[in-house]
Amino acid sequence: MGKDILKMLAADEEEEQKLEQISNVIDLYGGKRDSLIQILHLAQEIYGYLPLKVQKFISEKMDIPVAEISGVVTFYSFFATKPRGEHTIRVCMGTACYVRGGKKLIERLQDLLGIELGDTTPDRKFSFEIARCIGACGLAPAMMIDEKVYKQVNPNQLESILARY
Amino acid sequence: MVHLTINQKPVSVPEGTTIIEAAKQCGVHIPSLCYMKDIHKFGSCRICSVEVEGAKTLMASCMTEVREDMAVQTNTQRVRNARKVLYELLLSDHSKNCLSCSRNQSCELQKLGETLGVTETRFKTDSSRQSIDTSVSITRDLSKCILCRRCVTACNQIQGVGVLNAQKRGFDTMIAPAMGLPVSEANCTFCGQCTVVCPVGALRETDSTARVWQALNDPETRVVIQAAPAVRVALGELFGYPPGTSVTGKMAAAMRALGADDVFDTDWSADLTIMEEGTEFLGRLTRYINREATVLPMITSCSPGWIKYIEHYYPEQTAHLSSCKSPHMMLGAMAKTYYAEKSGIDPEKMFVVSVMPCTAKKFEITREEMKRNGIADVDAVITTRELGAMIRQAGIDFCALEEEGFDEPLGMSTGAADIFGLTGGVMEAALRTVYAIVCGRNLPFENLHVTPIVGLDRVKEATLRFENVLPAYREFEGREVRIGVTSGLAGAKQLVEQIAHGTSPYHFIEIMGCPGGCITGGGQPRSEDPKVREKRLSALYSEDEGKQIRQSHENPSIQALYAEYLGGPGSKKAHELLHTKYVKRGTFEFLTEIPAEKSFKAAQETRGQHKPQRLMGDIETVRVKTLEQENERLRDELAEMKETTDIYKQVISDYTGKGK
Repeated sequence: MGKDILKMLAADEEEEQKLEQISNVIDLYGGKRDSLIQILHLAQEIYGYLPLKVQKFISEKMDIPVAEISGVVTFYSFFATKPRGEHTIRVCMGTACYVRGGKKLIERLQDLLGIELGDTTPDRKFSFEIARCIGACGLAPAMMIDEKVYKQVNPNQLESILARY
Repeated sequence: MVHLTINQKPVSVPEGTTIIEAAKQCGVHIPSLCYMKDIHKFGSCRICSVEVEGAKTLMASCMTEVREDMAVQTNTQRVRNARKVLYELLLSDHSKNCLSCSRNQSCELQKLGETLGVTETRFKTDSSRQSIDTSVSITRDLSKCILCRRCVTACNQIQGVGVLNAQKRGFDTMIAPAMGLPVSEANCTFCGQCTVVCPVGALRETDSTARVWQALNDPETRVVIQAAPAVRVALGELFGYPPGTSVTGKMAAAMRALGADDVFDTDWSADLTIMEEGTEFLGRLTRYINREATVLPMITSCSPGWIKYIEHYYPEQTAHLSSCKSPHMMLGAMAKTYYAEKSGIDPEKMFVVSVMPCTAKKFEITREEMKRNGIADVDAVITTRELGAMIRQAGIDFCALEEEGFDEPLGMSTGAADIFGLTGGVMEAALRTVYAIVCGRNLPFENLHVTPIVGLDRVKEATLRFENVLPAYREFEGREVRIGVTSGLAGAKQLVEQIAHGTSPYHFIEIMGCPGGCITGGGQPRSEDPKVREKRLSALYSEDEGKQIRQSHENPSIQALYAEYLGGPGSKKAHELLHTKYVKRGTFEFLTEIPAEKSFKAAQETRGQHKPQRLMGDIETVRVKTLEQENERLRDELAEMKETTDIYKQVISDYTGKGK
């Protein structure tokens, strides 16, 4: 049955290959229910994110209802159900950053990027999230783009920061 | 045995008993909400918390097993306070429009508030879930959901379908199909078992009463009403009768009092179903014996939840289904053809209402296969619960009604038809007729009951041997027919898996979608009686035994129908009107319709039929909400910190005070 589902779900050859890889991962774990989180973890690495289609594929392969898989995927914030951007912007909303204007950064970024928190720009360049605390309270308000931390950010600097990417 | 004390009373119970059950045995009632004995044990609501000596925290008595020398207190001030706070917390995220809720006065949450003596709601928050999802059969109102997860148990463990589960987490948790899809797009079978276990108004049948009232009020419309076998042994419960009371006569009277023009009996068409299905089975068996191409085992097709299940999950096996429509569809088809012609009524002016123990029937009547030239066989399906509601709305004193009969010519039925409402019944009814046709005498079982398939076990089986057959059926001599019976979709899965793997030992299988059959269907009254299935079951068996004629082929009214109108069972006309086709649905329907990236937000925005007052999808609102929540959280944090500082200050001043 595995092959049929592959063909049914995959829109093109590239996608078929990705699903095939996920299928191999499931086989590697012996299709065990207990390994669902690890399998989802690897599937996300292969596919980039976990849309309903991928969840459905895993559901069929592992004989677990898709509602249960979606339950796990939506429970853990690590799993993404939408495609991710090339760069991830994380604005710190820890206490210190919040009081020192983190909120303003978010508002400005939403305007600049034209997307909501948790979304990705249409050109797939940026994903936009908040972080609870990045441990840089002395540098508040802080934000991160990928691994780089920007300290004491002023909303007016944002445009030039984004321009670097 | 384990010995313990509950409120100082010594009790001995078997090992593994939970505190709540042990308490019941010594007459102590512990209030509970999410717990359902033997069905659902999850400990999500914590209402049943009790104090256990030596334990730091309160324990949920539905989850905690008894231990030797345990000392349990169920009624201390601490416990009562905790329950009240827990209840208020549940209420803080529950839509409180109780007066206009369909579960008003029959709501377990409402009742619990009264039991606990809660008179205030101190916690005010925003509501986390506001959307309403309406399908033809089932309506979900998430603003009322209290996350008890009974429906998740019913859908996953009991039915084995797994359409509903908890999605997201924390305050945002909601019970929904994958990614918050509407049920109508999630391969739901519409069995409705979730609506039976829901303690509040979050899951219910989609209302059809408005449509039925409209038809009843229209003098131009000829309203035909019919009721399924299982309705008559459960309807009484809604009016105070004990479970298992048969109210056939009062039910017919009530339907007439509501204003129906013709009160027919689905039992009548159950007899008709047996004639068609029995003939179909004999045909398949004959071909099998003669080594001709055919599909066995044949599976019954009366349960629309089961039909939708096989269409979704085993689309390659639909050839095993009998092609017969379900009994109420047959009655609808006959009312709009045979009866309409006979009485000179325009079928377009006819409105057929089916009172069913079932929510899936609401979907069944919308199927394209159930319409001819644009005219539906049945126009509306109301559940047993909805009929009860209509009787109350009409101000009919149900208990005081004189018993009445059904109208002819679609009202006369045999005992075989009554047992259609219980697991094993369709099979038994079919065997009575099949055996009589082949052997020319009655089924060789005491009182005509095929004992091995009577009862509530998940899978039941029996073997029937044809001996001394009539000359016309010579090839059947000495042949054995192996039959299997199951109810509940988890059992169905088991039997269809056998078929898919080519290991099914049966020739004929009866499958009903709900555990126990229609008597505990998704549209039946909710009952607190743990023995309700047994009671309704024996009530239907007594209906059967109380009838003079107990075999479908002996029903004179059905014989007349064949003679006057259809020709014979399985005739061309019968096939045209009484048989149907199935759709290979598969489980991928929703992927083609909805872009994979579709988020909860978008799903709620575009799919919920009723827009919630405060749109979750409204960008401004979401942003404001996020920030407000964040603000709230920070304010709490600040308050906590202030408190900590105060404590430290206190400690310091204490110390410096002592130093002096």
